[in-house]
Amino acid sequence: MSEGWEVVLHYAILKGGDLDNVGVVSTEIKRRLQEIGVEDDVIKKVSIICFEAEMNLASYADRGGHLKVEVKPNRVEVVVEDDGPGIEDVEKAMTPGYSTAPLWIRELGFGAGLGLPNIKEKSDVFHIESEMGKGTKIYSVVFRRKDAA
Amino acid sequence: MLLKNIIDKLDLELVTRGVDVQDREVRWAYASDLLSDVMAGANAGDLWLTIQRHLNIVAVAKVSDLGGIVLAKGIVPSPEVLDKAEKEGIPILVSKLPLFELSGVLYELLRGEDDS
Repeated sequence: MSEGWEVVLHYAILKGGDLDNVGVVSTEIKRRLQEIGVEDDVIKKVSIICFEAEMNLASYADRGGHLKVEVKPNRVEVVVEDDGPGIEDVEKAMTPGYSTAPLWIRELGFGAGLGLPNIKEKSDVFHIESEMGKGTKIYSVVFRRKDAA
Repeated sequence: MLLKNIIDKLDLELVTRGVDVQDREVRWAYASDLLSDVMAGANAGDLWLTIQRHLNIVAVAKVSDLGGIVLAKGIVPSPEVLDKAEKEGIPILVSKLPLFELSGVLYELLRGEDDS
């Protein structure tokens, strides 16, 4: 693979509240990463990061949001942005088990307070910024080579 | 163990059509009803034992490369779920047993295989 080579995948997830279609974008991203020839363990991490992000967008951001995946020779970067309600206490939201999800979402097996912790756990680099009334932005990187850190 | 042998021994009903299970090998399984927990905890190829029947179970299985979904307590998935599972190549099986008993029986079966 030549240096500087990169593929950028953009996906808009437009409908908040549309839980039925959660996973459609991440399965598509997974398929594309396989086509590109990204390593299996990296694909798994990125797919899970994207799935959890999709779930968050569908659950909390009324107008959904935007997901960008950049495949670089040594890393895959995921940026998730929304103009949803924002997270009141990011530190709490990062605590496994802490959730503000309504009951109906929990009954579907979501909203267990594991989404953001899961994203962080699968990421080699993870940043989250959130502002009440403005939205949330997540930046996540998964390294493709052990020596890339 | 081959999935078709598990189907026989546990008297599972294969409810997806056109998803080939003939040569599918299963080494272990994961039982959980929390989707995030499954994505965090299950390994590729695992069977997933659950009572969740929502459409998203197919995407979770796909994203995590699971070997198949076994619905406990005789839960029958909707046509939409079946349709999606067939498109994505994820076999769905139904057991009459509740989740605890299903897990126990499958655990014994796969553990025996592991020892041999």
